[in-house]
Amino acid sequence: MSDSSKKMVGIVLVSHSAAVAESVAELATGLAGGGVTAPVAAAGGTADGGLGTSAELVSQAAFAVDQGAGVAVLMDLGSAVLTVKALLAEGDELPENTRLVDAPFVEGAVAAVVTASAGADLAAVEAAAKEAYTYRKE
Amino acid sequence: MERAGLYAGAALGQVSEVNVRTSQGDPLLDADFFRRWMTAAAASVDREAERLTALDSPIGDADHGSNMQRGFRAVTAVLEREAPDTPGAVLQLAGRQLISTVGGASGPLYGTLLRRAGKALGDAAEVTEEQLADALRAGVDAVMALGGATPGDKTMVDALVPAVDALGTSFEAASAAAEKGAVATTPLQARKGRASYLGERSIGHQDPGATSSALLIAALVEAAGE
Repeated sequence: MSDSSKKMVGIVLVSHSAAVAESVAELATGLAGGGVTAPVAAAGGTADGGLGTSAELVSQAAFAVDQGAGVAVLMDLGSAVLTVKALLAEGDELPENTRLVDAPFVEGAVAAVVTASAGADLAAVEAAAKEAYTYRKE
Repeated sequence: MERAGLYAGAALGQVSEVNVRTSQGDPLLDADFFRRWMTAAAASVDREAERLTALDSPIGDADHGSNMQRGFRAVTAVLEREAPDTPGAVLQLAGRQLISTVGGASGPLYGTLLRRAGKALGDAAEVTEEQLADALRAGVDAVMALGGATPGDKTMVDALVPAVDALGTSFEAASAAAEKGAVATTPLQARKGRASYLGERSIGHQDPGATSSALLIAALVEAAGE
């Protein structure tokens, strides 16, 4: 990671599809603008490239983005949500201070990455992502 | 202690069965029994994988059989490799393995069931059937908390809850109750999981998760018979 003294909250994006997780990561990082952006890792699909959730990919992604300021995990649905919950219950499979963030996947990811890139703490990143539920489209 | 009251109120035939059992002492279950249980479950999932996937085709994403097969094969392998030596350790290792290898929602759900049951058994070298029943009840409670399902939602809970209720009687009774619970999911409308998106169209199909749960409970009978 950068030599910046400011530690940033890491963001993990868990989707049933590797392509979806990676694309949303790219979208969110792109929208966060220039300069230093918060670390974002995609954990999509199963370890063999199929649709589903891999606990190992989630765990690896979370440790990869952990700078010590906490990790926010956003998921799409079903097994992605259940896997993250089961990992959190396990105790040692995710970095300390990892939080499941209940937010819409795409909008929440953009809000989380933009907020984290601005140097906000984990609680603020979570609040920003959750707030995305209130942006109505009509 | 609570159970004594339950037995006292049971039908006469059951009371005498319980008396016989109590007078002989409840059979103790060791790590070997729990390894046999997991091996029997893996073999059963292997045999029934196609049926589980077929059940998952109309109301799910047609991967339950292969997901469960991958998970339980990994469980058998890790148990052989690490040879955990207490009942609690066997179930916790099996549960962790399911969470990391299944790839679908059944991974964290079955993983939580076994892991929580394993934690409830602590580090005792041998446990009674009553302790196993209590531990599985704790596991089923954890599954309901994780997935948010309650009985009647057309999920694995519909097989597991009656099974755990009958476990105080015998493994055979638990297995029969699980099977009955699985079959009884057919007319239900799914309220949890992917099948719930289908609404009324989920009616008329037996739930794959309840079906694999019945296999897991039936494997207890096999493990005890060996």
